[in-house]
Amino acid sequence: MSAVVAEHDDHHDHSHDDHDHGPAKGWIRWIITTNHKDIGTLYLVFALAMFFVGGMMALVIRAELFEPGLQFVEPQFFNSMTTMHALVMVFGAVMPGFVGLANWMVPMMIGAPDMALPRMNNMSFWLLVAGVLLLASTLFMEGGAPASGWTLYPPLVLQTGKALPFAVFSVHLLGISSIMGAINIIATIFNMRAPGMTLMKMPLFVWTWLITAFLLIAVMPVFAGAVTMLLTDRFFDTSFFNAAGGGDPVLYQHIFWFFGHPEVYIMILPTFGVASTIIPTFARKPLFGYSSMVYATAGIAFLSFIVWAHHMFTVGMPMAGELYFMYATMLIAVPTAVKVFNWTATMWKGSMTFETPMLFSIAFVALFTIGGFTGLMMAIAPSDFQYHDTYFIVAHFHYTLVPASVFMLMAAGYYWLPKWTGHMYNEKIGQLHFWLSAVSVNILFFPQHFLGLAGMPRRIPDYAVQFADWNMISSIGGFMFGFSQLLFLYIVVNTIRGGTGEKVSDEVWEDAHKHSLEWTLSSPPPYHSFTTPPTVIPTEHL
Amino acid sequence: MNNNDVDIKNAKLVRKLVIVVVLMFGFGFALVPLYDVLCDITGLNGKVGTTGVEEVAYPIDKNREVTVEFMTSLNENTSMIFRSELTKLKVHPGQYYKVNFYAENTTESDMVAQAIPSISPGLAAEFFKKTECFCFTEQIFKPREGKRMPVRFALDPELPADYKTITLAYTFFDKTNKPHKN
Repeated sequence: MSAVVAEHDDHHDHSHDDHDHGPAKGWIRWIITTNHKDIGTLYLVFALAMFFVGGMMALVIRAELFEPGLQFVEPQFFNSMTTMHALVMVFGAVMPGFVGLANWMVPMMIGAPDMALPRMNNMSFWLLVAGVLLLASTLFMEGGAPASGWTLYPPLVLQTGKALPFAVFSVHLLGISSIMGAINIIATIFNMRAPGMTLMKMPLFVWTWLITAFLLIAVMPVFAGAVTMLLTDRFFDTSFFNAAGGGDPVLYQHIFWFFGHPEVYIMILPTFGVASTIIPTFARKPLFGYSSMVYATAGIAFLSFIVWAHHMFTVGMPMAGELYFMYATMLIAVPTAVKVFNWTATMWKGSMTFETPMLFSIAFVALFTIGGFTGLMMAIAPSDFQYHDTYFIVAHFHYTLVPASVFMLMAAGYYWLPKWTGHMYNEKIGQLHFWLSAVSVNILFFPQHFLGLAGMPRRIPDYAVQFADWNMISSIGGFMFGFSQLLFLYIVVNTIRGGTGEKVSDEVWEDAHKHSLEWTLSSPPPYHSFTTPPTVIPTEHL
Repeated sequence: MNNNDVDIKNAKLVRKLVIVVVLMFGFGFALVPLYDVLCDITGLNGKVGTTGVEEVAYPIDKNREVTVEFMTSLNENTSMIFRSELTKLKVHPGQYYKVNFYAENTTESDMVAQAIPSISPGLAAEFFKKTECFCFTEQIFKPREGKRMPVRFALDPELPADYKTITLAYTFFDKTNKPHKN
């Protein structure tokens, strides 16, 4: 392997360089590794596994909702499923998926030899595993797993059985893990960039992750504080949220959404970064409006801190509050639209080809926009009273999470797997996977708009018969979507094992090396890349 | 730049970022008093005073009627019967009214309970003047004891004209096994 990349590896006989040994032998490599590529792989594999775990929970939900009446599960367990599905997907699949991409790509994109704090990197991954296992263990406890929705609102959440402290500690572990990951990414980007890689030359994926990392360190501690208050209210007779002792349950909603709204951007900003990376490559044009993309990302991040109460329009806020949060929320449409227009303008008159990663990206731009528009509908406070806590909101955030975040995670998989493994994935099956996913995701979520507008509440195991038809269609879409993802699993495993057998070049995609540094490395890249910094900084994306 | 320089820079940056994390953890807790102060000033959350106000003789506005609705509820695991003798009452701002509530301990043991009032819309709370209320103190019930408990109130005539209906809701909390305040 090292022969291919001699120009990056010529330090390996210097005695002071103690980093140039290869990976440890056997399975222990994956436990003790501090290599950013290994840890990136661990994160991505873990995220994929959790995607299937969370997906199975979603299928329990969709199976129960296939017909009105109670068929398969108890209402309490159904509520546990909606809660655990959300927590597993958010903290186990989407966030770790993007952290995995950051681990793999950020050092290679900025010409750094590794992450700034490799040992902490290992620790944040294993804390994540511990946190998710702790969360999963609550499923087997007396009283069942938390069943109050992922927002964990009191007083309902305080009725959780033995699981409550475990869920709280699990949130603490997940929080510490992502804060450490975020600190690592900020330190890497600030201190490890190759000479000449100025901030405004960084690929947009790096930029979006830098901003995401700041969001993480700002809001994860607030969430940790909120769940700590739940814990002391339950066990130590404090009254943060207990009205009998002078507290106020609505306060929890304010604290939660002060975290929760930036949290949804934590899941979408790296998505934007991946789209801004893939679209220029397959449009064979530089990204349109690079600096406006950077400022739009920063603008969205800033706005995310001052709009939280649009999640709580119905708690009885005074008119002035409703109006403020309504207008502030609508403001977010401006930087978001800048991004959508920039992606469209990047494709405009480009020499486009439609490989799987590009197909997912185009679907992302179209379907994310639908999710954005329904978001605008709900930003209008008086209309939100109708949509609040119905399937309309479920449809809205699934449009912004599944055909956006999840699609772009998979697009990133298709885009970079040839680089990571040195093998080409099977394009035919990839495209089949795309079309099945893109069609079924709409069959799954689009009818939920109608259900919500007709008044079907979210988080219920049974429903009035007039909702039966659309629920059945939605469930059919759900099972189609779920089983289609097995194709993705097959493709990933197959590619790692050799894929099509086609030898991939270093740049994999035509002229990709003009956009970003990782394509100047061999495919697969050496275990230690950029031990000497690169001398030429690609600027095609600017 | 050699490795040592980068290590020092990393350590400095990490220290700063950890401080941000600690401060934000503190900020989460600081939101609790901030919220209380903000609600106090603006009356956002419909909390009303937990002590009675001095009786003021307001001018009575006979031309205006506001409907006051009374709601009662029990917190989880509070074994009581709790109801208002009236479900609603049309009132003239400025005039004092007395409404009785009835609560009964349905257990075979002593019970200490506290009623928590809430007014909606929240901004009306500051115009809702109570001179007497069973919610100002803990209520102690003997086994199976039932009590009639009065609330005496008036609406401040300054109440903005938009308010046509105001809801006064009480929730009883069983605090028998909780540490006692006051």
